Order: sequence, then structure tokens, then C-alpha cells
Amino acid sequence: MPESSSSTGPLISRDEVAHLATLARIDLTDAELDHLAPQLSVILESVASITDVADDDIPPTSHALPLTNVFRADVVTPGLTAEEALSGAPEQEDQRFKVPRILGDDQ
Amino acid sequence: MIDIRSTATRLAEALAAGETTSVEITRAHLDRIAAVDGDVHAFLVVDEEGVLGQAEAADARRADGQSLSPLDGVPIAVKDVLTTRGLPTTCGSRILEGWVPPYDATVVTRLREAGLPILGKTNMDEFAMGSSTEHSAYGPTRNPWDLGRIPGGSGGGSAAAVAAFEAPLAIGTDTGGSIRQPGAVTGTVGVKPTYGGVSRYGLVSLANSLDQAGPVTRTVLDAALLHEVIGGHDPRDSTSIDEPLPDLVGAARRGAEGDLTGVRIGVVKELGGEGYQTGVLARFQESVDLMVAAGAELVEVSCPHFVHALATYYLILPAEASSNLARFDAMRYGLRKYPHGVEAPSAEEVMRATREAGFGDEVKRRIILGTYALSSGYYDAYYGQAQKVRTLVARDFEQAFAHADVLLSPTAPTTAFELGEKLDDPLAMYLNDLATIPANLSGVPGISVPSGLADEDGLPAGVQILAPAMADDRVYLVGAALEAALLAEWGGPILDQAPALDQGVPA
Repeated sequence: MPESSSSTGPLISRDEVAHLATLARIDLTDAELDHLAPQLSVILESVASITDVADDDIPPTSHALPLTNVFRADVVTPGLTAEEALSGAPEQEDQRFKVPRILGDDQ
Repeated sequence: MIDIRSTATRLAEALAAGETTSVEITRAHLDRIAAVDGDVHAFLVVDEEGVLGQAEAADARRADGQSLSPLDGVPIAVKDVLTTRGLPTTCGSRILEGWVPPYDATVVTRLREAGLPILGKTNMDEFAMGSSTEHSAYGPTRNPWDLGRIPGGSGGGSAAAVAAFEAPLAIGTDTGGSIRQPGAVTGTVGVKPTYGGVSRYGLVSLANSLDQAGPVTRTVLDAALLHEVIGGHDPRDSTSIDEPLPDLVGAARRGAEGDLTGVRIGVVKELGGEGYQTGVLARFQESVDLMVAAGAELVEVSCPHFVHALATYYLILPAEASSNLARFDAMRYGLRKYPHGVEAPSAEEVMRATREAGFGDEVKRRIILGTYALSSGYYDAYYGQAQKVRTLVARDFEQAFAHADVLLSPTAPTTAFELGEKLDDPLAMYLNDLATIPANLSGVPGISVPSGLADEDGLPAGVQILAPAMADDRVYLVGAALEAALLAEWGGPILDQAPALDQGVPA
């Protein structure tokens, strides 16, 4: 990775990391935030080196080899039974996944 | 008595000749695991009962003249990122601790259909994020060459299992080098097939546009045999290539004859020099010289955008990983953890607490990095740019393959480093995959073949051979030719020079 110019401050602040962790649905402790935020800044500073590499006319590549959509014949094939599908569930009830409440009282 | 140091090819011959049985071979490997895996820790789970039952079935088939494949009865270890029906699959993560999948990955189905008994599941960096296997939630795997050093990663368990003679064959997966780099640092052979050449169905996704399963073995021919078992089109993977595999075993056998006349080998200028260990470069140069002596034509090629491959990768991979790992939501499988001191927590609160407890540091780093790269305002500058540079890397490959049939570089810039050395320095860890990442970005196949031991530390190094997409046969042809030339130099397999792990127990 090419050297990038030294920055004046962290590319990503502790508060931003906390916000991103919320978006990613991960609780982080204060100790983890202290530890991860500077590391993420270093990584970001390094990967930021590519921002000027490609000209505007370069097309993006999402997959290594060209892809076309794939269809299959509309016929029934064996799948998991309900018991199999539920076999790893943390909680289940009446052949369904049992989950914590989705909404609060005021929603 | 069978010798556990035998190649899989030799074991298959011995089975065919009736010199041994699958049960005998399997027991010998279980004994070896019992003797050395306390130190090596290549396995997360050993399925003693299951594998012996499968070996008995293989012997019964053979007695009836009903063998399923040349490797029927030759046992194998499987990286713990591929689902195995009835056998725990953790991906090296606490979040999947104890999960027993209700289905087999296609690779595993094909192993079963070819009759290979499955010894167990091998250790790995959590969700395949890492280059040292130290990010496993279940403790690191140790390098059989030096138990104080890393076995590479993320597939350090598979490589160490094969290097320590705990398994004749193993399956790995390679997203940025996780088959090839462990191969290089353990003195074993690893192949990343063309993207789409081996089904990803049942391979727990890290970065789905980069992930590819492949063989981990001690010889090039063994890898070709295994590749032919697991490869080929799978309707359950929409990115699977719907074309027959090239003749890989034939290519490996032809290559072993040692003639490279007419083969143009391209040394990639950007993958060498600064940052590469002296002994690694010395062994690489010797390998190139041997190939030239075998008749190959040497060309130097330049791939100017490869210097940006690592940065490109560390934007694309976290972006895809942050999306793929959203499935670990504490609702349908895996860990569920309730937040401390919250009455009637919501699903979102449970999700956050579960992911906090279930994911390790490196997984958290990459998910947050990916979330950042994909967030509005940054998407074009980071992820969008990375996708464009991916195009430039692919164009470099196209240019290079116009002048060379295969491309060469050292597989990894250094030999195995010490456990703990880079554990909390993510950038230093990422540099291990400098030479292997371009192939994943472009989908091309690559092999790592042992090139010898570095003078300064006596540890193994590897040569990487890359070929154009769908030309996997070339990596076997050239890899087998190089292997044959090096074997003639060394007078025996490189692993003969590794220290014995079970001192006092006769080999």
C-alpha cells in the first residue's frame, strides 16, 4: 500500500465509530471504542490512497467474471423440513422462530 | 503398515492394490491427530465415530468393486467455514459456537459422493478474516515447522493439518490468499481455483465476490485430484461457471515430466523487491531459474495497478463482509445474548448485545470499516473507487497474459512470523496478502508451491503461479514441473526437513 500523506487528525473520530457501530448493530464498550477508533483511522488513511487512482471513464467491476442472471426450472425440489430449519434457533415456539419484541409500547 | 507421510495419490494406489484399507488409513490419521494436535491445534472438531463409519463404508464399496472415485476411502479435513450436516460449523466464531448445520455445502456433498471420509473441521481466523489463524475464537493453530509461529491464515488449520500429517488432504477457502499464504508458510501446496470453478453453496460468505474454495495438499498432483472432485458447475450457486473443468490431473501428470519448453513465464515486477524477505526472494529466483532450465521462456511483466490492490481489497472486502455478516442477527441460528440490565429488550438491542459478545476484534473492525465505506457520502469515494480500481487490476492481468502464459511471484512476502507479532497491528497483518490479493480481485486461478527454506530462519517459502481465468490446468502443469525440479534438487519432499512433532514416537 503506498504511503499516504500524514493527516492532521484522525480520519474517523471516536464518536463516528460509535455511530457506525450502532448502524452495524454492534454494541461497543468504551474500552473497545478507545482501542478500535485509532486503528480504523490508520486503516482508512491507508486505503484512502486509491481515491485518485481511477479516471472517471473507468467502469466499475462488481464481479471478477461477467455474470448473467441464472434461472432454474420451476419444479419442486427437496428443502429443509421445519424441524431442520428451526434446529439452530435460539428460541422457537409452534414451529416458528421466537424473537424479542420488534416495537416498543409507544410505536 | 501404511505411512501417514504418503501422498494422497499413493494412498489411493495402495487402496486400489488392496495393500491397505480406508479404516487402517483413517485410524492412522486419528492416532496422529491424538499425538500432535494438542500442540498444533489444527482441528476444531474431530469426528472420530463418523469418519470411521465412512471409512468402513468405503472399504465395503471397494470389496464389492463399487468404488466411487480414485480417492474413495482417502480421508480429508474440511475448513470450518463450509457447512457439514450433523457436524458443528463455527467459522472460528463464538457467534456460531455449537451450531450444527442441517445441510451440507456442495463441496462437502461432492466429497461424500466421491467417498472421502471426513476427519473433522479445521481451525481458521474468525469468518476467514486474517492471515495467521490467531483471530480464531478458539485459540490459534501453530505452525508445525515451529510451534511458536503462525501457520498462515485464514486457513491455517487446513495447512497445518496437512503439513503435520494429520490429514493427507484438506479443503481451504481463499478470499485474499487464505489457501495460498498458509501453503507458503507451512511448506504445503494450496490452490485457489478460478472464481466460480468450485461451488460456494454452503460456504459461509466473507466477501462473496472474492471467496473461493480449493485444495490444500502436500503435492500438486494430489491437489489436481481433489480439485476434480470438488470442482465443476453447481446450479445452487448462481456464480458457478457452467462449463466443464479442464483436465487438471492430466496437466499435473504432464507437468511432472518436467518439460516447460514453449511456456512463457512472466515475473510480475510489482510483486517483489521492497518488503519481501531476502530468503523468500532467493528461493523465488532459484525457482525461476529452474523453470528456465526446464525450457520456459522468461518475460518480465508490469502490472502497475497491483500496488493499489491491497487498498482496493480492504474496501471491497469489508463492504461485502459487513453486508454478509448482517445475517448473524440472533434470531434464526447461532448465539443470542440479552443485554445486561434491560427489561424486555427489543430485537435490535438483543442483536447489538449478541454481536458485541459473539464477534471478535477483527470482525468488528472490518464490519465497521465496511459500514463506513458503504455509507452515504463516502460510497463513491471509497467503494465506488475500489470497484473502478478493480477494473484496472483486471486490465493489468489481461495485458500481462497477452505476453505470458502464467505469472509468477513469491506467494507471501515473508516466512512464518511469531505468534502475537502482528495480532494488534491490522495493517502489518494485511501486508501478508500483498501478492495473493490481485488474483481474488480478478478471479484468476493460482497455486502456491513450496520453493524451499529461507536461509535466515530455515522456514518454508512459496512460489505463486497465476493463470488466466478458466485456465486452471496451467497452474497444475507449471506447478508440477517446478515441484519436480525442486524435488530433484532437494532429494525428497520439503516436509522431510520439518522437525518431528512427536519426539520419541517412531515415525
